[in-house]
Amino acid sequence: MARFRKEEKKVTPDLNMGSMSDIIFMFLFFFMVITTMREATLKVKFQPPKATEIQKLEKKSLVANIYIGAPISKNENTLPPGKVSVQLNDQTIKAEELAADVRDFIGTEKESRSEEDKNKLTFSLKVDKDVQMRYVNTIKNELRQNNALKINYATGKKSEMNN
Amino acid sequence: MAKKVPGINTGSSADISFLLLTFFLLTSSINTEQGIPRRLPPPKEKDAKEQKVDINQRNVLNVLVNFQDQISVNGEQMDISMLKQTAMDFLENANNDPHKPEKKYVDIDNMGEYAVSQGVISLTNDQGTTYNMYVQVQNELQRAVNELRDKVSSNYFGKKYDNLDTALQKSIQKAVPMNISEAPPIDYGKTE
Repeated sequence: MARFRKEEKKVTPDLNMGSMSDIIFMFLFFFMVITTMREATLKVKFQPPKATEIQKLEKKSLVANIYIGAPISKNENTLPPGKVSVQLNDQTIKAEELAADVRDFIGTEKESRSEEDKNKLTFSLKVDKDVQMRYVNTIKNELRQNNALKINYATGKKSEMNN
Repeated sequence: MAKKVPGINTGSSADISFLLLTFFLLTSSINTEQGIPRRLPPPKEKDAKEQKVDINQRNVLNVLVNFQDQISVNGEQMDISMLKQTAMDFLENANNDPHKPEKKYVDIDNMGEYAVSQGVISLTNDQGTTYNMYVQVQNELQRAVNELRDKVSSNYFGKKYDNLDTALQKSIQKAVPMNISEAPPIDYGKTE
């Protein structure tokens, strides 16, 4: 018997391709989910500063984003002297309409939430690390005037520093 | 005759791939929202007079960040690496130094009487300070408070602050409050 076996040709089994489609679908879904996450296209350069003592915001649906940074294209509205833009939703806002726009933004964000969620709404300030505080302070002031007190400074994670 | 290799049963592969899909969906952290949470003070009422709050000078640590991103603490220039330790020493006042904050005995749930430090950190920024520096300073101050909370927490409950129940965390928060007051910014370095 052993002699016989030696003469047999070994057959490599074909890979079963039946699950290929499933795997492809899996990737498809995965990428679909990733790409639909970001609802607003960024119009400003935004590189967050890094910090260690960060906390995760619990619910994404209770976060409204305000972006501040250098404009990516030249056509964006900027605040004087023209190096920094503020983006709410999909648009950069004009300097002279800043107060009104921020108020409207806070109003619509609050309105789209249920009554009990209104107080839990967090405004996440996504500010580029090179921006001067004057712009951040302007926005903070507006938020404060409009009673939107829960804010968050968006940061990246820095690996633990040694004292 | 060639031996027939039995085909692998692929009926379950679809289930496996779905399992993987859900696994990735649940665990992948796509662009998570994280940062340093803060609460702004409520807006000033229009007809309210400027309230002068009398705070004893020993209870205040003045942190000032100028437009060149230099830090001064109570008038002395300081590197950011020293800020955490300074803030911790100030808030804790372990030796009851008369130049450091007073303590007030407060009855706290689960902890009994506790000498709560009355220290307030007053943070002043220049309009020209970069946001990065501002966040670094906030981060260091937060770190100081977090380490103090950890310390108190392991003294009283033998655990780190993060691992406590919410009720105990609330007690610790009362024992080690986070008092950062932001003064209106100054504008020394004019616009770039």
